[in-house]
Amino acid sequence: MSKVALDRLLEKFGDAVIESHANHGDETAIVKAERLHEVMAFLRDDPVTSMELLSDVTAVDLLGIKEPRFEVVYHLYSISKNQRLRIKAPVSEEDPKISTVTDLFKVAVWEEREVYDLYGIRFEGHPDLRRILLYPEFEGHPLRKDYEIEHRQPRIPAREGRHHL
Amino acid sequence: MTNQNDHLMGAEAHLTTVDAAEGFFRKLLNKNETVQNVVNWSRKWSFFQYPFVTACCGMEYMATAGPRYDYSRFGCELPRFSPRQADLLMVVGTITHKQAPVLRTVWEQMADPKWVISFGVCASSGGFYRNYATVQGIDTIIPVDVYIPGCPPRPEAVLDALMMLQDKVQKERRPLLPVVNS
Ligand code: SF4
Repeated sequence: MSKVALDRLLEKFGDAVIESHANHGDETAIVKAERLHEVMAFLRDDPVTSMELLSDVTAVDLLGIKEPRFEVVYHLYSISKNQRLRIKAPVSEEDPKISTVTDLFKVAVWEEREVYDLYGIRFEGHPDLRRILLYPEFEGHPLRKDYEIEHRQPRIPAREGRHHL
Repeated sequence: MTNQNDHLMGAEAHLTTVDAAEGFFRKLLNKNETVQNVVNWSRKWSFFQYPFVTACCGMEYMATAGPRYDYSRFGCELPRFSPRQADLLMVVGTITHKQAPVLRTVWEQMADPKWVISFGVCASSGGFYRNYATVQGIDTIIPVDVYIPGCPPRPEAVLDALMMLQDKVQKERRPLLPVVNS
């Protein structure tokens, strides 16, 4: 498989890419968090890559596996070129923040809120960064690997003789 | 004074309808039945359900409502989408902690007498969602009359549950009118 998008990225932003691999059309580049916004803007506007669609933003908690602890993952898709590219950006545990891409992709408003809700990663410059899936009084971020697995935060008390597990 | 509609309906026709209804209830009462039994009998054949449908079990709920399984045979074909008009709360699907206060409020808004069916394992016990988000069985929040296991339950199981609830309602002994300050 040709890796057009990844090659183009390496050609233009070789210094921002920490690591990259491509396998059967599954192209991934790990970029420095501070260069992320720049890279995403390039990938969207460049006529070779033309990634018009940010199909997903998610994160991975690599607690005890890798340093830094978090990786924010962006899945890009080019509708006109029918090609995909995955961008990952490492984020540290002490200061889990990364610049927002909401100014490039409107859809990121909700996608980044979800990552903030479940992983506690702050997106700097996001217009409305609050929880999207869980309720406002929820404490902590449940998809972090150190969130206590049996910990429950019910909004109403259990009936007499019953208990929220 | 004659009714102005007499020429349309006929006074006898009116009398006959009342007679028929009266005779019907008398027959029930004569079989050593109590008033309570008659009331229970009419309650169990006319459930007005409030479908609280949140997840995939809803598909099976619709299948049960459709003509093949047709739960209108059990007198509960009419869903009411206002809790004030319903007496059977069907909780169909996964209930999250975020939604729990809503379910509780809907149940509180329903007028007595009311019953609850927990439809599917998610509503009954949380099912395989043993996590931070899911209520581990709606009976932690509201009382439940009949649980239907299955993920999702087959329509036969739903009909079975309806019949179980009918039996339960027939045997009930609750005040016919709500007693204030009791
Ligand atoms: S019991 Fe199964 S089918 Fe029903 S809501 Fe849960 S997961 Fe869906």
